[in-house]
Amino acid sequence: MTENAIIELRKVGKWYNSYHALRDVSLSIGKGEKVVVCGPSGSGKSTMIRCINRLEAHQTGHIVVDGIELTDDVKAVEKIRRKVGMVFQNFNLFPHLTVLQNLTLAPIWVRGMAKSEIEEIAMMYLKRVRIPDQAHKFPGQLSGGQQQRVAIARALCMRPEIMLFDEPTSALDPEMVKEVLDVMTELAGEGMTMVCVTHEMGFARQVADSIVFMAEGSIIESGSPAEFFENPKSERTRQFLGQILEH
Amino acid sequence: MSKEVPTNTTTAWAASYEEEPSQASVPPQANGVTALKPLGWAPVNWAKANLFNTPLNTALTVLCLAILWFTVPPMVNWLLLNAVWSGSSEACREAAGACWSIIAVKHRLIFFGTYPYEEQWRPFLACGLFVAMLGISGVRAFWRPALSVAWALVLIAMGVLMWGGILGLTYVANDRWGGLPITLMLSVFAIALAFPLSILLALGRQSSLPAIRTFCIGFIELMRGVPLVSVLFMASVMFPLFLPEGVTVDKLLRALAGLTLFTAAYLAEAVRGGLQAIPKGQYEAADALGLSYWQKTRLIVLPQALRIVIPPIVNQFISCFKDTSLVTIVGLYDLLTAATVATTDPEWRPYFAEVYVFAGMIFWLFCFSMSRYSQWLERLANRYTRR
Repeated sequence: MTENAIIELRKVGKWYNSYHALRDVSLSIGKGEKVVVCGPSGSGKSTMIRCINRLEAHQTGHIVVDGIELTDDVKAVEKIRRKVGMVFQNFNLFPHLTVLQNLTLAPIWVRGMAKSEIEEIAMMYLKRVRIPDQAHKFPGQLSGGQQQRVAIARALCMRPEIMLFDEPTSALDPEMVKEVLDVMTELAGEGMTMVCVTHEMGFARQVADSIVFMAEGSIIESGSPAEFFENPKSERTRQFLGQILEH
Repeated sequence: MSKEVPTNTTTAWAASYEEEPSQASVPPQANGVTALKPLGWAPVNWAKANLFNTPLNTALTVLCLAILWFTVPPMVNWLLLNAVWSGSSEACREAAGACWSIIAVKHRLIFFGTYPYEEQWRPFLACGLFVAMLGISGVRAFWRPALSVAWALVLIAMGVLMWGGILGLTYVANDRWGGLPITLMLSVFAIALAFPLSILLALGRQSSLPAIRTFCIGFIELMRGVPLVSVLFMASVMFPLFLPEGVTVDKLLRALAGLTLFTAAYLAEAVRGGLQAIPKGQYEAADALGLSYWQKTRLIVLPQALRIVIPPIVNQFISCFKDTSLVTIVGLYDLLTAATVATTDPEWRPYFAEVYVFAGMIFWLFCFSMSRYSQWLERLANRYTRR
């Protein structure tokens, strides 16, 4: 456990009825660290990062984000959600709002920012994800890749300290994966703390400081990309890498 | 149909072209070979292709025509051709058609019930203001804060007009109100109050707090399981028994409460349908951005949920509008009751059908307007939103 960890999971356990989704998961992520979480489907990787902003509640163990422990205390949860941005597999943009409104809604209502001020910031982020010309369109009029970039910009508009990505490219057509990964790579270069569930091993190799491999609700191993890809410790990891790197 | 006509009928067309030179000037393109008009008259071709294309369809067409032949002419005769439009009841007795003179004679009673006759310009003006205000509220250009101020003023003006007692107007107690003002006010206020209540009920039904959820489910199921007539009876007869002695709640207000609660229960189920149609991801995205429950509900969930359920909601509004006619059982004079009273005059008693047709037309006019408005609203709501 590092001293200056911004996210700390200690022996986190979670059940869905009798299904044991997370088994004593312990993980410590430092400020500015980029962590890629991978593993077979049903391994609990999405559940784990959804516990970090309490979209899912854990049942045993402790999760501490930026010094605040996640409990049933709604105030603490809201505080943490303001610091933690999240990007979903299915974008989850608000279809009844324009792109710009999607970006400005939370800063206006949650952060109490002035509309003119946040609109300027939002346009800046839209430029950074390279779609400023789509600001007044509705999400349904954009391609999947564009929508996901809007979703990233939306999360960034809240000025988060941590960004969670839950399989951000899994629902995209192959030709759109790159445009989203490029934006994420750029973001990583700026020192954002990132936790990313993905199967994009190229991205993991290039960007990650450490890779966490999960299976059956447990962390099987974690380490630097070099260690993980060249010299995996466990048989389960080798098996997974064999399957995923084949094609 | 014209597409299906083969183009190799040039000569046939030319033949008919010569036979009917008068038509030649109408379609100028008919001179060219490229734009051929079908042989014969278009409606005939359409009828052949759609009404007489199979033996069964031919039989059904003939049957329908026969039914129309036997029903429409007598109806038109009764409604219009043989109808008496003005004059005394004697003139009606001799005529074979509808006696519309009863409307001419009794319309004040139908519209305003037992409101003092010489003061009936007041409910007339109040209704006019009310309907105008409803119309204005439906126009998008007027959806701004000033509208609520205007509403407040109009409601005060209506109150002054209906009750009077100030500004030199004589006081008219609301047990003398009747007719259209009762129907309009009861239904519009019931709808306006039931709608927000129904949203709370629908949200409560999904609440994670057991007490709230149980209460909402209990309320909705109780109201839906009981006929409106008994809700009105309970509101009117039983409710006063629970009040401390000396405290009375106005009869009109009690009926309004009954109607509101009943409508809210039904509306709540329509709203719930909309809530359930919102994908889980929308809630999660709102949560992840740190929106509170009420922010999430107001900004993300309801705007999407309500536009989905515009049709069932308006359906319920229309139903509520017509249900106001049931308040007659607690002794209120709505439009339909006033119409019924108009038919009790011995001189005009035989002409009750005309009165009901007339009352029905008024109801239809309002309901049809609501229906058309809901279609416009739906188009507006979905103009930009494409999933």
